[in-house]
Amino acid sequence: MVGVLALQGNFASHIHILNQIGISSKLVKTLEDLSGINGLIIPGGESTTMSNLLLRDQSFIDGIKSLSIDKPILGTCAGLILMSKNSFDKKVLNMNIIDIEVSRNAYGRQVHSFDDSINLVHKNIKSKSMKASFIRAPKITSMGKNVKIICKHDNEIVGVREGMHIAITCHPELKHETLLHEICFKR
Amino acid sequence: MSQEYDFKTKVALAEMLKGGVIMDVTNVEQAKIAEESGAVSVMALERIPSDIRKDGGVARMSNPHMIKEIQDNVSIPVMAKCRIGHFAEAQILQALEVDFIDESEVLTMADEHFHVDKHPFKAPFVCGARNLGEALRRIDEGAALIRTKGEAGSGNIVEAVRHMKMITSELKVLNDQNLSEKAKEFRVPLALVEEVVKNGKLPVPNFAAGGIATPADACLMMQLGAETVFVGSGIFKSEDPSERAHAIVQSVTHFADAKKVLSASYNLKDAMKGILMSDIPEDQRFSERGE
Repeated sequence: MVGVLALQGNFASHIHILNQIGISSKLVKTLEDLSGINGLIIPGGESTTMSNLLLRDQSFIDGIKSLSIDKPILGTCAGLILMSKNSFDKKVLNMNIIDIEVSRNAYGRQVHSFDDSINLVHKNIKSKSMKASFIRAPKITSMGKNVKIICKHDNEIVGVREGMHIAITCHPELKHETLLHEICFKR
Repeated sequence: MSQEYDFKTKVALAEMLKGGVIMDVTNVEQAKIAEESGAVSVMALERIPSDIRKDGGVARMSNPHMIKEIQDNVSIPVMAKCRIGHFAEAQILQALEVDFIDESEVLTMADEHFHVDKHPFKAPFVCGARNLGEALRRIDEGAALIRTKGEAGSGNIVEAVRHMKMITSELKVLNDQNLSEKAKEFRVPLALVEEVVKNGKLPVPNFAAGGIATPADACLMMQLGAETVFVGSGIFKSEDPSERAHAIVQSVTHFADAKKVLSASYNLKDAMKGILMSDIPEDQRFSERGE
């Protein structure tokens, strides 16, 4: 059972992907919803909105952090921002689940959004290409020494993993790509 | 590698706005309050609908300078309105890199027969609809997001409820009808009607707008199937904009949990004063504009 944080954003598309790969799922809107899950997805959406809702309930934040000690967390776009160490905006919560620094809306506004192929870099998979949407996407500006690259777009790092956690700046789930979900939750 | 941008890239931003609240703001200060209260996006406009109604005169696209100031001061997506059919206003808003253009019945119509052809634009469009035919015509013209028209600036939820229920009920029975006749009636291609029947829903997200004034109103619209709500006059015409804005955000997230909506609704001051539909003459109803 994998939980999908459902405070705001495109949580429904992640539920759909989990269904497709045969993993049961549930929506997570409160601290109590974290019980009984073996992993968590933090979806895309507005990072300020999700932060706003989380920051009013410290116990919920603590619950997600303690889940991350032994359960995998996958974050896309706003999810990556929330999982990062710093995104340089006091309105945004950074849970420091992956040791990266992030610049928000780094490609610009919606007219600069785009779809493209990205390359998966993973020991079990040989240069696999995946489609993804970059929607007002963030960029990873620095990463700690234990952070590994998992996705690249051109020569830019757009996906990382640290331990069992994965975070990516774009949306493979909008292109019906299931690979990252399988890597994160089907080990 | 070749970057692509197509209709789905426009819809993708609407997907990211789901489960949220989009708030009307008229200046930087309000935009900041909206963002700090948890808005997923702000609609930048010079006058909120209830003032447009009161002031009368021609309501046009807002001053680009005012929109730009708001863009420079918040990190969430910024939307702005153009008049129905006024493609030059839309071009200007796109040049300003507005994240969503609302081709809105709240402004005075520029073209009584045609909406903007939205396909050539890179900026995504949202349009209002009262029924399935209007929704599909707007999608056929290129809208990436549909919202109910409701009755903007009224503080009265009755029209939004009517429009949402109309669209939902028409979707439900579409399957049993002669699709080519429906396509003719709706004045859209048969392929679009067939796609809607196949998926059982609109091909773009469906949000609610027009008359939402309280956390309970937002909760009602979410339970009726809205995927996000627009709140126009309801927030900054109330006595406690910041608290009310956040309460509506919470109500949308937890719409299925009445206890959470209750606790969000506690301690709010008075909501905006609403208007009865019977007190708005038919020729002054925004929702009658553009079909």
